[in-house]
Amino acid sequence: MLRARGRCIDGYRFATTPLATSNPTRYLPPPMPTRIPLLDEHALARTLARMATEIVERAQGTDRLVLVGIQRRGVELAVRLKRLIDRTQESDVALGKLDITLYRDDLQTIGPRPVVGETSLPDLDGKTVVIVDDVLYTGRTVRAALDECADFGRPRRILLCVLIDRGGRELPIQADIVGTSATAGLGDRVDVLVSELDQRDAVELVRGT
Amino acid sequence: MTASLGKDLVGLEPLSAAQLRLILDTAEPFKEVSERPIKKVPALRGKTIVNLFFEASTRTRISFEFAEKRLSADTVNVAADSSSVSKGETLVDTARNLEAMRIDMVVIRHGASGAAQFLGQRIRSNVINAGDGKHEHPTQGLLDMLTLRDRFKRLEGLKVAICGDILHSRVARSNIWGLTKLGAEVAVCGPATLLPRNVAELGVTILPRIEDAIQWADALNVLRLQLERMQAGFLPSLREYNRVFGLTNDRLAKAPKDLLILHPGPMNRGVEIDSDVADGPHSVILPQVTNGVAVRMAVLYLLAGGSPDWAHGGGGGE
Repeated sequence: MLRARGRCIDGYRFATTPLATSNPTRYLPPPMPTRIPLLDEHALARTLARMATEIVERAQGTDRLVLVGIQRRGVELAVRLKRLIDRTQESDVALGKLDITLYRDDLQTIGPRPVVGETSLPDLDGKTVVIVDDVLYTGRTVRAALDECADFGRPRRILLCVLIDRGGRELPIQADIVGTSATAGLGDRVDVLVSELDQRDAVELVRGT
Repeated sequence: MTASLGKDLVGLEPLSAAQLRLILDTAEPFKEVSERPIKKVPALRGKTIVNLFFEASTRTRISFEFAEKRLSADTVNVAADSSSVSKGETLVDTARNLEAMRIDMVVIRHGASGAAQFLGQRIRSNVINAGDGKHEHPTQGLLDMLTLRDRFKRLEGLKVAICGDILHSRVARSNIWGLTKLGAEVAVCGPATLLPRNVAELGVTILPRIEDAIQWADALNVLRLQLERMQAGFLPSLREYNRVFGLTNDRLAKAPKDLLILHPGPMNRGVEIDSDVADGPHSVILPQVTNGVAVRMAVLYLLAGGSPDWAHGGGGGE
């Protein structure tokens, strides 16, 4: 039982209930935040390659395909997916970036203003748009991204592609293409690290207290 | 990001360099919003903003109104001459009555220096100064800085000469505060009657002749000569002003490098600036107007966030 804490059982699934609650009579000190690797550099590369294939499959080719990355790590992932797709399909897939800050539903309630990033989108009318993000959690970011896309044009179809689905949805939103899944608890955080911004490639689960 | 602007934007004087950079950096992505097919984002949805203009203005009022509307705020314009102000209502009473109708922000232009700060200390809503007397016009200062930064990619070490009526100009004051805080060198140039007596205390150089300013500067910010000043005896005649201080192509041709020409508008063509300069390749007068909307969107966005800390009566800065 104790060995389950902090150890990968089958790579990425974890017990979500703290062990302390399973045995309330015994005192366990609150665990320190720990970093648990979900995907290393090689696993991430394999996952992205599979996702690239899946995108082409779901979009039925690269014709009229647009990849839209959500700031910031979604943009890096979209760039990599484009590179992978272009290499196998000999295409030049259109690329866009989207910053959803101004479409957040909590702007009226949060304190200091979040930093607004760059948005630049190609023509979306009649296209198959694939929204690319790193982590799918509450679904609120995707809701904002869908609203923002609608202000730029009328895509024929919008697909959602995420590297990791960590569960915990607060809106009826699901991804079409998923790199990997994990069940992360409320206090946990999932970090996607990309070498462009973080000097290394990895997906890690950070256990909260 | 923990930097914030506080409750009001009264001027650039109380702001730190970090706060100035925050506004300019936030303005960058807002430029693109005005280029979209649907020029609207929902960031200020449900906020009510009153534009309270006690002085005539086209550019500033419309620019604020576009900025507010593109952020999805609801706006009401109040012009002093068509409101209860003409019946003798005081500024505070007008504002308190507006606030009783549950507004969130007030953009105010007023002929009296300090009007924005006065109001900010007395009402809950965020107050943005759109020009108060001879004090400051912070959003104009910010849009000038943004335009300069666009062209030169930096403000540190940049040499900016402000030419014309410095004495009566709130634009000059906001430019001086903002630019010097971000490391630019500022000089003022104009007839001695239109320079404030202690202007050097603001950390600026005084250049008595426009030819000196052209030799020295990377950019010239040419101020509007307020024609009503002539009656007050500050100038002998407009023609003489144009002959001595007017920015002409002949003078500009002697510049050692490509000068950038800014003007806050409205222009008196043939007085402080000649038409061939205003419409020439060095002029960024229209990009300034475009940047004005982005800067005002940034200020509105930044001020609308968080809970106003007005326990000490607000006021700009931290």
